[in-house]
Amino acid sequence: MNFSELFKLSGLLARFSPDGKCLASCVQHRLVVRDVSSLQIRQIYVCLDQIQYIEWSSDSLFILCAMYKRGIVQVWSLEQPDWHCKIDEGSAGLVASCWSPDGRHILNTTEFHLRITVWSLCTKSVSYIKYPKACHQGVVFTKDGRYMAVAERRDCKDFISIFVCSNWQLLRHFDTETQDLFGIEWAPNGCVLAAWDSCLEYKLLLYSLDGRLLSSYRAYEWPLGIKSVAWSPSSQFLAIGSFDEKVRILNHVTWKKITEFEHPATISSKKTIVYKEVEKSPSIETERLSFPPTRELASSLFSTQSKYEISQVPVSLQYIKPVADRANPKVGVGMLAFSADNCFLATKNDNIPNTVWIWDIRKLKLLVVLEQLCTIQCFQWDPRQPRLALCTGNSRVYLWSPTGCMAVQVPGEGDFQIVSLSWNSSGDSMVLLSKENFCLCYLE
Amino acid sequence: MGDWKTITVPVMSSDSKNTIQYTSERRRSPTSMNSQVLRLPLPSSKNMHSFFSAFCTEENIEQSISYIDRELTTLGFPSIYAESKGKELNLISIINCMNELLTLQHKNLRAQEEVEMQHLKLGSDMDHLQNCYAKLKEQLELSKREIVGLQERDRQLQSKNRNLHQLLKNEKDEVQKLQNIISSRATQYNHDMKRKERDYNKLKERLRQLVMDKKDKKIAMEVLNYVGRADGKRGAWRTDKTEARNEEEMYKVLLSDYEQRQKQLLVENAELKKVLQQMKKEIISLLPPQKQKPKERSEDGLVLSDPEEDIGELNKENMWELSCETVREQLTNSIRKQWRMLKNHVEKLDNQVSRGHSEAWNEKDVISREDHELETEKLELEIQQCKEMIKTQQQLLQQQLTCDDDTTLLLQDCYLLEERERLQEEWRLFREQKKNFEKERRSFTEAAIRLGLERKAFEEDRGAWLKQQFLSMTADCKHSENVTTPSAFLRSKYLVRIILLPCSDQDNRLVKSASQQRKASSVLNGPGPAEPCETPQYIAHNSVESKKTAGDSMPNLWVESDDKEEIE
Repeated sequence: MNFSELFKLSGLLARFSPDGKCLASCVQHRLVVRDVSSLQIRQIYVCLDQIQYIEWSSDSLFILCAMYKRGIVQVWSLEQPDWHCKIDEGSAGLVASCWSPDGRHILNTTEFHLRITVWSLCTKSVSYIKYPKACHQGVVFTKDGRYMAVAERRDCKDFISIFVCSNWQLLRHFDTETQDLFGIEWAPNGCVLAAWDSCLEYKLLLYSLDGRLLSSYRAYEWPLGIKSVAWSPSSQFLAIGSFDEKVRILNHVTWKKITEFEHPATISSKKTIVYKEVEKSPSIETERLSFPPTRELASSLFSTQSKYEISQVPVSLQYIKPVADRANPKVGVGMLAFSADNCFLATKNDNIPNTVWIWDIRKLKLLVVLEQLCTIQCFQWDPRQPRLALCTGNSRVYLWSPTGCMAVQVPGEGDFQIVSLSWNSSGDSMVLLSKENFCLCYLE
Repeated sequence: MGDWKTITVPVMSSDSKNTIQYTSERRRSPTSMNSQVLRLPLPSSKNMHSFFSAFCTEENIEQSISYIDRELTTLGFPSIYAESKGKELNLISIINCMNELLTLQHKNLRAQEEVEMQHLKLGSDMDHLQNCYAKLKEQLELSKREIVGLQERDRQLQSKNRNLHQLLKNEKDEVQKLQNIISSRATQYNHDMKRKERDYNKLKERLRQLVMDKKDKKIAMEVLNYVGRADGKRGAWRTDKTEARNEEEMYKVLLSDYEQRQKQLLVENAELKKVLQQMKKEIISLLPPQKQKPKERSEDGLVLSDPEEDIGELNKENMWELSCETVREQLTNSIRKQWRMLKNHVEKLDNQVSRGHSEAWNEKDVISREDHELETEKLELEIQQCKEMIKTQQQLLQQQLTCDDDTTLLLQDCYLLEERERLQEEWRLFREQKKNFEKERRSFTEAAIRLGLERKAFEEDRGAWLKQQFLSMTADCKHSENVTTPSAFLRSKYLVRIILLPCSDQDNRLVKSASQQRKASSVLNGPGPAEPCETPQYIAHNSVESKKTAGDSMPNLWVESDDKEEIE
């Protein structure tokens, strides 16, 4: 594993291009595009204001930079650095912006979710989508980029509209039986749309592409409901993480629950491997000590190495009792991710924030528990292999694969507290983000 | 007066008798206080006189006799007087009476003994029963106390149970109440939310209107030049046709997804059906033959026909490969039946095993536990032996590998020496063989040379002989043509055959007539009548010898060449 040096970053905005060749990062109002393999700067673009959001187009030719405060979106071209495009929403304001799957339209959500404007880079046409819903995930595209589902709310009722992305024609418009639609997500095969209610009610609805209700699932009535939802890459399973610290898996044939995964604070099954991160004190050669101590020495003294050890089952994990009277409590399964080969599911229970649970989907059993020293900040599966990378806010990146796991210290001086990471689409490298810097990690 | 005295005497004497009896009683049986049995032991000889003299003295003989007579008559004995009036005693009757009295006495004694025995027995039984009674009373007391205790506990538990039920009911009621509260609050919140949302929507509408009305010039897109579409096509107008096309596309996508899923399901189904059929076959094979289970037959009417039916079904299924309801149900039902039968069979076997070895059962079906244990012991022993062998081999191997250098070198040297010795041996052998071969080859060549010479000589001889024959033939032809021509033919035939066949009489003649000069190496030598057959044998021998000396590879050559030349 190789690590690059640390580069400046602001706003956790560093994105790999979809083809995996370039990395775009923001420093205040500058957009820096680097080559991934050599980290040489290919282009620097200067925007009008501090960038809040960047996104690559699907063909890796354009990058949009959104500046919400000014209500401006600027689009840059990689092929033609002189090409520029600026979309000004003016008084309408801007809260969100994204590309369409064909890479030639930009969807801007205006303030207060008044409307979604579809700006075209090819033609002079502009489309409007009225009454979009202000929810967690209101606009979703199918994986093949053909259809777009938009959550809408009119007259205190939730609706879903399905548009054809090629000409933005409305295909279907139907109402949903939700109280307060919270999120929608397409299945990877593009034929089923999952829509779920807010956490006040546990309700998940499954709609077919043509708007028919296929099934509705409700696990229980009163306690807080769904927290996170994830489709498996083959569209066979739908994992629902809820506030009762359980993950329920539905199957695509009957849309009924096939199993429940629990996240107890004590693990007693003998077949589960529990990896515990332990700190090992650094070995210092006394001859090397010098006064005044050099920077490297100081950092090496204070940065503790850590490694994984296998704990003997039964293991009791660090459990945090949630505060009872706050909204959106830190309880329940808040992060869910399937591996790319459909064999593993990684979950995080927010009550037990230092632990990642990895489930074997083929056997529907808990396979591995990774217990870290600090709270898990982010984890992501390698897009090619069953390999999970996670970070916990310190300067180490942790990798797990079915053959084992390791903790790697990012070399470098100073603080580098990794709060987020993102894999390259080729699976060879990943970018580690902290508040001020980012670092590229090459794995092969 | 004397009479009166005597009358009172028996009373007193009876008293004294009693007292004596009592004393004797006390001496004999102090325990039987309640017994009223009078014991009449024979008094000791000392007391006898006094005893007997106490009743009858010389003064009151008459009275005592009459008294005794009176007593006897009252007891039913005949009188002891000879006659009713007279004072003469009937001795015979006295003796009879005495005898009677004695026997009575014996009987009474025996009866008394029996009664006493019974009395003792009853006494001990009574004691025993009293003990039992006492113990049972104690036990009864204990049990009563226990019962009381248990009843108390039971009462406590029941009250606890009632309390818990009550608590549970209370909790349930509370839960229900809370749920009702929650639902009512939820509806209230929803209502409020809806109201607020409506207000909010109104604001949004107003805002939207303002924004649209303002016609902000700023809301615009500045772009240097328009970019071509990603797929290179030009944008199309939105028309009804495009709408229809979109619908079509969507349905196509859905259909293809469904078809794919259906294909997957079909494949899965086929695999599962295969597995089921395999399972069925295996279950059928596992089950014991039907004749041992007459019971099963009565339960399941179709048992006998089932396997055949199933096989028929199998064939049917293979042919059709349909998954219609009835066929599927039949398959699953038949598997269920078979599985149940198998389960019953296994349960029976389990029962048999648990019942033990003592019962006689069908030995071929079940291996008795002892045999099984013996087998396992044997196997364990074998395993142990094998392990030991492996260990020793490992040790040897270790030794080989981990010897120190000197020993390894020595060992290597040893091996090398061994090898060298062997090689030398082999070399020696090889050289010997080579010598032998050389010798043989030389002898062969010599033999070949000899043979060549012999052959040459033979050829010359033959030529000479033929010449002679020819000359003689022409000379004899005048004598008898019959003889010569056939004989010529005969001769030629014999010429051909003579090497291989034993000579005949005709040959003899010819041989005799033939040259007497040749004795060795000519085919038809006939030196003398004595040795006609010997020569061909000799020749044959020679040829055989030559064959031998020439080596085994050469015999055919000689013979064949001779034959060829002869035929020519």
